[in-house]
Amino acid sequence: MKPAAKAYSAGVKEYRHTYWEPHYDVKDTDILACFKITPQPGVDREEAAAAVAAESSTGTWTTVWTDLLTDLDHYKGRAYRIEDVPGDDTCFYAFVAYPIDLFEEGSVVNVFTSLVGNVFGFKAIRALRLEDVRFPIAYVMTCGGPPHGIQVERDKMDKYGRPLLGCTIKPKLGLSAKNYGRAVYECLRGGLDFTKDDENVNSQPFMRWRDRFGFVAEAIRKAEAETGERKGHYLNVTAPTPEEMYKRAEFAKELGMPIIMHDFLTGGFCANTGLANWCRDNGMLLHIHRAMHAVLDRNRHHGIHFRVLTKALRLSGGDHLHTGTVVGKLEGDRQSTLGWIDLLRERYVKEDRSRGIFFDQDWGSMPGAFAVASGGIHVWHMPALLAIFGDDAVLQFGGGTLGHPWGNAAGAAANRVALEACVEARNAGRQVEKEGKEILTQAARSSPELKIAMETWKEIKFEFDVVDKLDVAHA
Amino acid sequence: MSTMQDYHSRLSDPASRKFGTFSYLPPMPAQAIRKQVEYLVAQGWSPAIEHTEPAHAFSCYWYMWKLPMFGETSVEKVLAEAEACHKANPGNHVRLVGYDKLRQTQGTAMVIYRGNAV
Repeated sequence: MKPAAKAYSAGVKEYRHTYWEPHYDVKDTDILACFKITPQPGVDREEAAAAVAAESSTGTWTTVWTDLLTDLDHYKGRAYRIEDVPGDDTCFYAFVAYPIDLFEEGSVVNVFTSLVGNVFGFKAIRALRLEDVRFPIAYVMTCGGPPHGIQVERDKMDKYGRPLLGCTIKPKLGLSAKNYGRAVYECLRGGLDFTKDDENVNSQPFMRWRDRFGFVAEAIRKAEAETGERKGHYLNVTAPTPEEMYKRAEFAKELGMPIIMHDFLTGGFCANTGLANWCRDNGMLLHIHRAMHAVLDRNRHHGIHFRVLTKALRLSGGDHLHTGTVVGKLEGDRQSTLGWIDLLRERYVKEDRSRGIFFDQDWGSMPGAFAVASGGIHVWHMPALLAIFGDDAVLQFGGGTLGHPWGNAAGAAANRVALEACVEARNAGRQVEKEGKEILTQAARSSPELKIAMETWKEIKFEFDVVDKLDVAHA
Repeated sequence: MSTMQDYHSRLSDPASRKFGTFSYLPPMPAQAIRKQVEYLVAQGWSPAIEHTEPAHAFSCYWYMWKLPMFGETSVEKVLAEAEACHKANPGNHVRLVGYDKLRQTQGTAMVIYRGNAV
């Protein structure tokens, strides 16, 4: 017998009445989210969790008659679990399950419009952070993902068995296109695989994009002929409008360039997903920068954790993603970083709270992307970078190449020699982090460029504690 | 601090051409190459040997020496094949490849006999 239809009763109900279901059996197709909730004083945990589930799915503040025209029991999000946050009693974790049909297929835009939409400004909540999201394989398969992925990029660039090397051209603003191309050429002939437009470089009056692309293309062609190796430069096509973005991408393709670049947060998920699809259709690799991420992910109580932004990017599409360095000038805890680089690169990632991972995540056949370690790194960091990131990473220098006393080519050669020495040592069974100094010193005997680099940067350290730490109980 | 040096690399100088991983290091002595083969085999990768005239090294496809040595775990046998390839093709680059069938890529690739620069 079918249950009787509910009668309509207007008014405000407690959220928990509809949206708190501690006995709910999570479905394999549900999108799951873990929020860290800091409620306002006087709001209890179940009510706060239910409110977050409601406001990020079907609910609004009062009952409406049209609720009864649909099967809300099917469409609603449900808070199904609450946990303490280790070492912090101001907040708690709430787990919410959303049925898959709440979201448009293949739309990172739509998922995040719900999950981190109005609910983040909700008054009953003092602060709210999206810690992790489990995307069911059924949803993953509706997304395009990385245009090529790690393996295809290695094949296209013909580079195996080691991390790739890059360099961001500096000063980041003010160079003419021709002088900029010179800096690119010098880096590439010295042994780097890639150079990169700084994210701030789009198409300013001092260097319009078309001029930059032309000179950079010449630099790449000559460096390839000279070294016999394949080279690329992340031509930044991030632009004020999608039309302009595609125009720049088309020109990069016309020049025969292998890779372009986009800023996925300032450019937006819509532009990024479209560009990733274009890249897949046009055989172009896609490097992804993450300007604005720290605005979203650095506060421990509010915002979106970077592991979630990593998943968003993998679904939206990109072949490289900046992930922090752990060792350089920018924020990033080691265990936490290991967690999100797994989420970026691996096929299946198990729940692992010691790395901040709240859910098993199955990526199915979706390709993985290279982790890019960029920011304040130099040859002395090489052993640690190799140990942390392994082979499927781009180690992205800036000052650590360009600041070499003999110039970019020498700086690049120093980077390359240091990297290859560390890879050789690792393969030979040595502990590269522990024996780093010895390995580099040995390599410098046959590389004057490395020797000078080691003398130049020996004393530089970035030793500030990280702000966004994993949640662990205090000892 | 020593005086500034020029970076010697020229289109006109074939010795400026590089050939992938480890080509910025001095040639490895036999004992070091052995360690790399041990590593490759320990990863579960299939060893393979390729070679090319150095002038054509830019191509993806070098000449395959026989077939990849599927299931071969003997470092001696891998080294012997590399040496046989080198002897049969003097002056060629000889590359050791580790095919990773699980990830559908080459886990590593390195030139272990360096050809004559031309």
